[in-house]
Amino acid sequence: MRESGNGETVYHAKQGPEGSLLTIEDFSLWYSGKQALFDVSMQVEKGFVTALIGPSGCGKSTLLRAINRMNDLIAGLRTRGRILLGDTDIYNPSVDVIALRKAMGMVFQKPNPFPMSIAANVIYPLRVDGVRDKSILRETVERALRQAALWDEVKDRLQDNALGLSGGQQQRLCIARAIAADPDVLLMDEPCSALDPVATGKIEDLIDDLRGRYTIIIVTHNMQQAARVSDNTAFMYLGALIECGETSTIFTNPKVKKTMEYVTGRFG
Amino acid sequence: MTPARKRPYAWDFRAAGEPFVWSMGGALVIGILMIIGFLIFVVYNGILTFYPEPLYVVKLKDNKQIAGEFFRAEVYKLEPEALKGLPENVRKEIADQKGFANRNLYRIGNFDLYNEDFRWTPTHDIVETSTPKDMFFVERVEWGPFIGRITKLDLNGQIIQGSDVNMATLDQAVAQATKRRARIRQIERSEMGEVNHHLEKGRLGLRKVALSRGEESPEYRSAKDEYEAKAEKWRARHEELAREAESIKERDGKYTITLAEVNGQEKQLKLSDIVRLYPANRLTVTEKLHIYLSRWWEFLSQEPREANTEGGVMPAIFGTFCMTALLALAVAPFGVVAALYLREYAKQGRVVSLVRICVNNLAGVPSIVYGIFGLGFFAYLVGGSIDQLFFPERLPSPTFGTGGLLWASLTLALLTVPVVIVATEEALAAVPQSMREGSLACGASKWQTIKHIVLPRAMPGIMTGLILAMARGAQEVAPLMLVGVVKIAPELPIDGIFPYLHLERSFMHLGFHIYDVGFQSRNSEAARPMVYVTTLLLIGMVLALNAASIVVRNRLKKKFLAGHF
Repeated sequence: MRESGNGETVYHAKQGPEGSLLTIEDFSLWYSGKQALFDVSMQVEKGFVTALIGPSGCGKSTLLRAINRMNDLIAGLRTRGRILLGDTDIYNPSVDVIALRKAMGMVFQKPNPFPMSIAANVIYPLRVDGVRDKSILRETVERALRQAALWDEVKDRLQDNALGLSGGQQQRLCIARAIAADPDVLLMDEPCSALDPVATGKIEDLIDDLRGRYTIIIVTHNMQQAARVSDNTAFMYLGALIECGETSTIFTNPKVKKTMEYVTGRFG
Repeated sequence: MTPARKRPYAWDFRAAGEPFVWSMGGALVIGILMIIGFLIFVVYNGILTFYPEPLYVVKLKDNKQIAGEFFRAEVYKLEPEALKGLPENVRKEIADQKGFANRNLYRIGNFDLYNEDFRWTPTHDIVETSTPKDMFFVERVEWGPFIGRITKLDLNGQIIQGSDVNMATLDQAVAQATKRRARIRQIERSEMGEVNHHLEKGRLGLRKVALSRGEESPEYRSAKDEYEAKAEKWRARHEELAREAESIKERDGKYTITLAEVNGQEKQLKLSDIVRLYPANRLTVTEKLHIYLSRWWEFLSQEPREANTEGGVMPAIFGTFCMTALLALAVAPFGVVAALYLREYAKQGRVVSLVRICVNNLAGVPSIVYGIFGLGFFAYLVGGSIDQLFFPERLPSPTFGTGGLLWASLTLALLTVPVVIVATEEALAAVPQSMREGSLACGASKWQTIKHIVLPRAMPGIMTGLILAMARGAQEVAPLMLVGVVKIAPELPIDGIFPYLHLERSFMHLGFHIYDVGFQSRNSEAARPMVYVTTLLLIGMVLALNAASIVVRNRLKKKFLAGHF
């Protein structure tokens, strides 16, 4: 087992049958002068679930939000390196960030349904995209809600306010919303941190169902969750990517000592 | 080993901060008591104003009588000279009270006969007070109330002596007379007003041709011929209306009533000069309530009479309403858009902070300054230019180039825009970041996020700010005195003549009405009840606006914020 601190990332990730969808190359990021990510490089396999783990403040959420450029909202942000979606560098000035985000769905820590009806929530991405066709919208509502395993619970009250749903239902609604526009990538930022164990179990089952159909990157604090749902796991520490590999290996036989310490609960 | 320290477990007065708690509570109580006291004062005085009072006939020592409503009593100090003429026992009584005596104020009416509406009567001059059943309180169109007895009723030759007059006949005759008065008024005000409007319009049209083409041009000559033909027709119509009015007036003059004041002096009135009359000491409670409500109705639905001290305040309510509505129309988009830019688009930094400070300070500028600005900028500069461009034929008399409804609304919009900006900014800031991120992550642009998510979510706060601004605008008076409010507006800002809404017209306003009635009228004592009632009405309107704001906010809140886990 290797000591950490030499700056080298150890890779032993499982290769997907369809190759990688997202390539991060030497990516660094500064918040108004303070560096938050240090030369992160990794590949995200198409159709896989990739988990990002690490102690609080290690930069995993920052990395996730760098992928759909949600960090752009923050003043004084600076980046170096590249993130390639297919062969497009998403930080290239010619890339339209709105079009980019349409290709990626995102689910946040706390359920954030919009104050409108359940159906309107689901079709929101289509609506801002200018889709007006009633039949397409109706189909999308049903498909997305079915994929998010919410259809049976809400099919009779699609016009009710989404804020009347329970927390777990709200989060599944947010997942339905994120996949409504059929994105390439689904980004999940600790999607279960505000939910009870039953709702968490449902979301994990759902992630399992979505595997293969979408490329999922999930940030989680819950190591068991990462072990349960992901194919590959990336361990980050102090803004650097320490180890990126097959989940089973990371949790049973990590190659770096720091990873070992973290997954066995010695710090974090 | 050091001995164990003795710990004081006694209650520490200073640490508990008891005096501060008491003084904080006390300050709150004082504030609330002042507000409640003010409200009770206004409501009590305002509500009782229209209730019919009994009429007293007071017999004085010099054998004269006065009749009137008892208004109030007062203790006053007599001058030593005044004491000399008094009988011994009265002097002794006054001396016992250390030189003070009591006096009563009676509302005696009959201003045309007495030259005063109110009279102070020292109680030691009163021999006897009675409430005779045949005393009438007569509200007239002119000269204020008449208080006295009916001696004779002349209904187009049919003469009824005072003792035989029954109330049913009298009420019916007054009702018919009121209809005649209304008809005359309609002819003179609206129908002849419309004819005059057409004549004026024709004249201005002709002047416009003269200004653009010159008086020698053929266009002018043909326009003039056309105008003459039309004017002839209108003048004929005018004459016809005048004749009709004259004939009604002539007939109206044959219905008269002769009244006698308490000492017997007679006065003949046309029945149509009477607004309302009632035998004050014979009324049952139901009749009193009926009079009370009919006075309220008159107050709310009629135009003022007698230099605003009597009649209603309908034009003032209407003017206040129109102005407030226009103000809201002007201030809502302006304030909300400005706040949106400040909060959502502008780069938060020193400049934005500076703008924000300026906006907050703008709310503290004395409102009269806004009035001066409104007069100078809106009325004279903008309005003057509009007159030059669009209404040259009316010059030198201004159309938009003077105070009016539009300029008053815009001035108040300027005055209240900080309220809306601050409220909107706060409402926008209160929209959770997670909502915006959720929307942006769905591929919405910033504008789409604002339109679909941020604005609906901030709407309760924005509405609250807007209604607060309206309430603030509705109660503002000082700037209005410069930009368009008048004591008596000849016409309402909305009527049946195209373009129906006349933004250039001056208007009446409840706040200014209070000032005018309370301080500018001939008889402040007579006007005081009106001040209370109008204040009550204005407070009621502001209260209703605030209540509406709370209802709207709660509705929207329920719609948008009903989340739970």
